[in-house]
Amino acid sequence: MSTPAEQQQPLEIQEIELAVKESEAAVPAQSLPRDAAYWAPKVDRLTVDPDRAAMGFNVAGRRVTGPQQGFGKLWQRTYSAVLKPTVTPERLIAEWKANFGSFWPKGNRFGATLIAPGEVAPIAMKTGAGVKLATGVLVLYADPESFTFMTPEGHMFAAWITFSGHIENETTVMRIQILLRTSDPLFEAAWPVMRVMEDRFWRQTMRNVAARFGITGIVIEEKTVCVDKKRQWKNWRNVWHNMVIRTMLHLLTAPVRLVRRRAAA
Amino acid sequence: MTTPTLSLDVRSVGTGTAVIDIRGEVTAASEQPLAAAYDEATQTGAHALILNFSGLEYMNSSGIGMLVTLLVRANRQQQRLAAFGLTDHYRQIFELTRLDEAITIFDDEHSALASAGAN
Repeated sequence: MSTPAEQQQPLEIQEIELAVKESEAAVPAQSLPRDAAYWAPKVDRLTVDPDRAAMGFNVAGRRVTGPQQGFGKLWQRTYSAVLKPTVTPERLIAEWKANFGSFWPKGNRFGATLIAPGEVAPIAMKTGAGVKLATGVLVLYADPESFTFMTPEGHMFAAWITFSGHIENETTVMRIQILLRTSDPLFEAAWPVMRVMEDRFWRQTMRNVAARFGITGIVIEEKTVCVDKKRQWKNWRNVWHNMVIRTMLHLLTAPVRLVRRRAAA
Repeated sequence: MTTPTLSLDVRSVGTGTAVIDIRGEVTAASEQPLAAAYDEATQTGAHALILNFSGLEYMNSSGIGMLVTLLVRANRQQQRLAAFGLTDHYRQIFELTRLDEAITIFDDEHSALASAGAN
């Protein structure tokens, strides 16, 4: 028998709550480690929310990639900046998660409002030529002090990108750490240019995050370490999914799709 | 914030195989202990390194990153890297991050050692 509170809830919410209760009952809490809720569930291929399908054409159906699936040298890039002690790591990350896309430099779009494990976010990236490149990320991990993205096939990097806050010398340090290989030989050739663009992008993002807490003039330290000089030639075929090529093909075939849609209508 | 606890023991098993027993939490703070354990295992002349995760209590995304660094070091030395003792939860994380494509996962120590030719 349902309680008065339950009677007021829409049926959909009641069904979700019931499903959660059932799953909790099926798996005893003590059998899972405390990091269990922070990781994305296993997926073989990414799916994009139908509302964002138009933006996620380079993401839907793709597999995720980590540094082992990339082509170029393995780099670890770290950007860090000291904030005020009043901004705790938890507060920093909560704000960053809640408004992630709004901190990006203008002209770029992050297609998700929620940073939660398993969430798939399509991305539209501004280029100098006025074309927006389509790609995305999977939220691989998210806890109260950090969250990590993993990139799909075709993204310029096969990477894990971690955003975190931690206490150092009694103050909060904001950090972005990227473990990456470029995805294919074309992106590897463009790495010197992309590296500079990445610097600009993340520096501006960090300044915008700091500004949200009323902090201006932050000093951003950048450290890049080459973890592996070897290129993984076995992965050169990743070029098949290259997001630049795929975005251009998508744009070129737009009239065909339009004609088909009209014919179907 | 509590300091993550990690305990690592290196065992030399047979010729050219070393097992690293991992107990506790694998996080960003694990970089130095993992590197030290790797060096110790390598000094035994191991060409196959087997990670025993049966004592793993917690791992975050930075911890997974540490394993990639370990993998790169092993590849550079032409050492094979394998693992056993992963719970279903951690096995799924290995599969999700596609680390299982580079680190062979076994159900138990016996099969991991057999594969390494240490039995």
